[in-house]
Amino acid sequence: MATTGKVAGIISNLVMVKVDGPVSQNEICYIHFAGVKLMAEVIRIGAFYAYLQVFESTRGLKTGTEVEFTGHLLEATLGPGILSKNFDGLQNDLNKMEGIFLRKGEYTHPLEPDKLWDFKPLAKKGETVVAGSWLGEVAENWIPHKIMVPFILDGRYKVSKINSEGSYKIDDTIALLKDGKGEEYRVTMVQKWPIKIPIKAYREKPRPFNFMETGIRVIDCINPIVEGGTGFIPGPFGTGKTVLQHALSKQAEADMIVVAACGERANEVVELFSEFPELDDPRTGRKLMERTTIIANTSNMPVAAREASVYTAMTIAEYYRQMGLKILLLADSTSRWAQALREMSNRMEELPGPDAFPMDLPAIISNFYARAGYVRLHNGKTGSVTFIGTVSPAGGNLKEPVTEATKKAARCFYSLSQNRADSKRYPAIDAVDSYSKYLEYPEFIEFVSQSIGSNWIDQILEVKNILIRGNEAYEQINILGDDGVPIHYHEIFWKSEVIDFVILQQDAFDNIDASTPIPRQKYMMDKVLEVCNTAFTFNKFEEVNPYFKRIINVFKQMNYSEFQSEPFRNYEEELKSIINEKRKTEEQAV
Amino acid sequence: MEPIAFQKIYTRVSQVTKATCSLHATGVGNEEMAQVNDRLAQVVKIEGDLVTLQIFSGTEGIPTNSEVIFLGHAPQLSVSEELCGRFFNAYGQPIDGGPEVEGQLVEIGGPSVNPVRRKQPSELIATGIAGIDLNNTIVTGQKIPFFADPDQPYNQVMAMVALRAQADKIILGGMGISNDDYLFFKNVFENAGATDRIISFVNTTEAPPVERLLVPDMALTAAEYFAVEKKQKVLVLLTDMTLYADALSIVSNRMDQIPSKDSMPGSLYSDLAKLYEKAVQFPDGGSITIIAVTTLSGGDITHAIPDNTGYITEGQLFLRKDTDIGKVIVDPFRSLSRLRQLVIGKKTREDHPQVMNTAVRLYADAANAKTKIENGFDLTDYDKRTMSFAREYSEKLLAIDINIEIDTMIDTAWKLFGKYFSYAEIGIKAELVEKYGTINQHKN
Repeated sequence: MATTGKVAGIISNLVMVKVDGPVSQNEICYIHFAGVKLMAEVIRIGAFYAYLQVFESTRGLKTGTEVEFTGHLLEATLGPGILSKNFDGLQNDLNKMEGIFLRKGEYTHPLEPDKLWDFKPLAKKGETVVAGSWLGEVAENWIPHKIMVPFILDGRYKVSKINSEGSYKIDDTIALLKDGKGEEYRVTMVQKWPIKIPIKAYREKPRPFNFMETGIRVIDCINPIVEGGTGFIPGPFGTGKTVLQHALSKQAEADMIVVAACGERANEVVELFSEFPELDDPRTGRKLMERTTIIANTSNMPVAAREASVYTAMTIAEYYRQMGLKILLLADSTSRWAQALREMSNRMEELPGPDAFPMDLPAIISNFYARAGYVRLHNGKTGSVTFIGTVSPAGGNLKEPVTEATKKAARCFYSLSQNRADSKRYPAIDAVDSYSKYLEYPEFIEFVSQSIGSNWIDQILEVKNILIRGNEAYEQINILGDDGVPIHYHEIFWKSEVIDFVILQQDAFDNIDASTPIPRQKYMMDKVLEVCNTAFTFNKFEEVNPYFKRIINVFKQMNYSEFQSEPFRNYEEELKSIINEKRKTEEQAV
Repeated sequence: MEPIAFQKIYTRVSQVTKATCSLHATGVGNEEMAQVNDRLAQVVKIEGDLVTLQIFSGTEGIPTNSEVIFLGHAPQLSVSEELCGRFFNAYGQPIDGGPEVEGQLVEIGGPSVNPVRRKQPSELIATGIAGIDLNNTIVTGQKIPFFADPDQPYNQVMAMVALRAQADKIILGGMGISNDDYLFFKNVFENAGATDRIISFVNTTEAPPVERLLVPDMALTAAEYFAVEKKQKVLVLLTDMTLYADALSIVSNRMDQIPSKDSMPGSLYSDLAKLYEKAVQFPDGGSITIIAVTTLSGGDITHAIPDNTGYITEGQLFLRKDTDIGKVIVDPFRSLSRLRQLVIGKKTREDHPQVMNTAVRLYADAANAKTKIENGFDLTDYDKRTMSFAREYSEKLLAIDINIEIDTMIDTAWKLFGKYFSYAEIGIKAELVEKYGTINQHKN
């Protein structure tokens, strides 16, 4: 007998309910309101009332209204058909909703219950399986979507029946499993999973080490991220967080991209909606939308569903990881999610932590980041969820609670600098302030020295060093004046500028420069370091600036040209002759 | 809003605070409107049968035996063509002496647009001001505020933008504007003979501050009517959003909520986003564009109000007094319209983006030259030329009293380039220089 209740109080989207039976924390319930059902979640249970956060506006709601409890937590529906969909934070298929405006209490099926999928069995009758074992597969776009033993099943099972190859709907039974006691379970192509609980149907979670190419030089060449890694991008407004996330979603080397637009501008999501079906995925030649799922909970959509949206996105990513795929999960912006937590905590009159955020915010954030990772499945295959979130620090101040809590949880830090954005040095990632902890992982160092080059890590460290020295020289020049410092200070500074202009800066709107493949990055890194390691002769400081500007200009032309094409080669020759003009001769060196 | 005969009248108010009163009542809906001794109020909290009402005009003189009548609906606005040319208060009641508007009653603050039903904005709104059209082009469906100090003429600029913009309807939401400014708007609109396409919802400083919380929703509800039902291009002007946010903080304070940064309610971002996100381009041609004003205190944009606004809106516009020419200009450095790349060079001439960037870059060089003078360094010939360029650029393009077509703006910039610089110095793609630059030189 399902528990029911009656509304006893309302404060904005917090509703108090008098219940007649057992309820559990985070249980989902529906408030019967004017002919529709409003979805809500239990967020606190008190002595007299259960407190619900309603995922919709509560305007017009009255006390005494019936509430029906479902007995389960907020769940994601997992099965073929998720790819290429546009969901809201509660996994409603936005495209299935009628009308221009979102209607209160309108919930749509996330998948296609009537669509036939071509099923191919992978498991055999009599085989022993556990949660997450692959029973069969269907082709979803180009991904072989595995039909798995439901994650909720505990222990070992024997396949007592498996369907032969054929077309089935998601709700058709495709296999029967028998447990030790002889009880039989029906398996369909769809399963449900509570979004706030990580899916752990894998053997182990080793330290990640596989380099993940993003095509963005300031990430790959300076602070690389790995498959299954975590990173975050804090930055004041106008520093290009969203452009950077869009670039990542277009270029990153992943099988599937899940984008959670969490409490951000609707027009930015519209950009994804309208561009992704048109843009080509450079790796597969298919449309980008074919490998993308978008969870859109824009800033004007209900706040409570905003909190759910990041969990829904993570659960979908974890589900596909169980198929042995590489998933990139992007969330823009996790600050909006934290603010949603703050609003609810405030309404429940909890004692506040710093900046009125809930006390357990750091714990919530680190638990969430911990769900990313590189895993080895029971069948020996591997899969990964790489998570990169943006943070919108209030007032651009990186000492605020969300940024600080995230800094403890994420392993890569991509700091966007207002100064760089103001001087149009995009992407505005500050290479010196930012870091990647993966550079210290021996597994990662070994991996890149084999796949990219044995001196790659050394080069990264050298580049960082040159940048720091350049900064120092620049400060000295500013204090003492152009002619108050030795000429070589100017040289040190301009060598760091070469790195800045050629490696760090990248034109996201240029077809060629937007994405740089690794071999090309390595090539350019070698070239730039060659310049940095060359000793030059200058007679006056006035010579330094124009000379390096020429070098930078030729390098930039190379960045804009097809790799190893004729113009590229010509610029390279030109560069060589410029370098030789001022190269210190043997004689001078002595 | 006369009480209807069979409505139940409550006469026992149990608690009165500075902004709210509570009473025992049943069958009351959340956010429902009520009348407390003829003052309008709204339900903000229900606990059992104890209902808390926020009285918009304050609780001074509210007795415990007040007559309370619940109206059975959330705040509403009656929408129809009759709205045009009229002035209303925060409750949507006429304040211009005219009759009540007859039309369809709609609840304000309605549902959000499904993001997949939106269209990407792609139509520019010409204002004639080069600081906007040339450098920070505004697009239909965009939301953009002026970040201005209180002493800057933002209301004048907004009125000018409103009258020049080729919008079908202009809706003014005035929150806490002074009576003088209200009369200014009224005057300007009447003199321009444009009243038939302008609708105003005004809460002046003379009215209670909490009332102004209703103003933006009133304005945007009217906007949605024209954009959705009539498929029109609607421009909504909201001034001043800082005063709106201040009213939010007053209410949250009186409701005993824990304040977050700068004593603002923790929900400030969501509260502002709910309004600004009403800006939309519909697929069938209707659109809502929002131009707002956020006044700053001492130019501080890290304060919670401009900061949250910046994260929500698609760019911001700054005004600045240029002492060289003694006029107010649109600051080319700090202003930004995020949606401009959707139209510039696509809906405007192909040389627009490059001309715009080059002019701003040269203007920046002039700023550097000025710093040189301040530090007592000598100026090079190039420095001197950039400074003369900057002066003329300010005067002929950036000043807000300019009113010209976009093509003329681009041509003017070309003329200035030709007058002060060699083509190598402007660094624009050769084919564009040939096509647009030289032609204009011959015209000189």
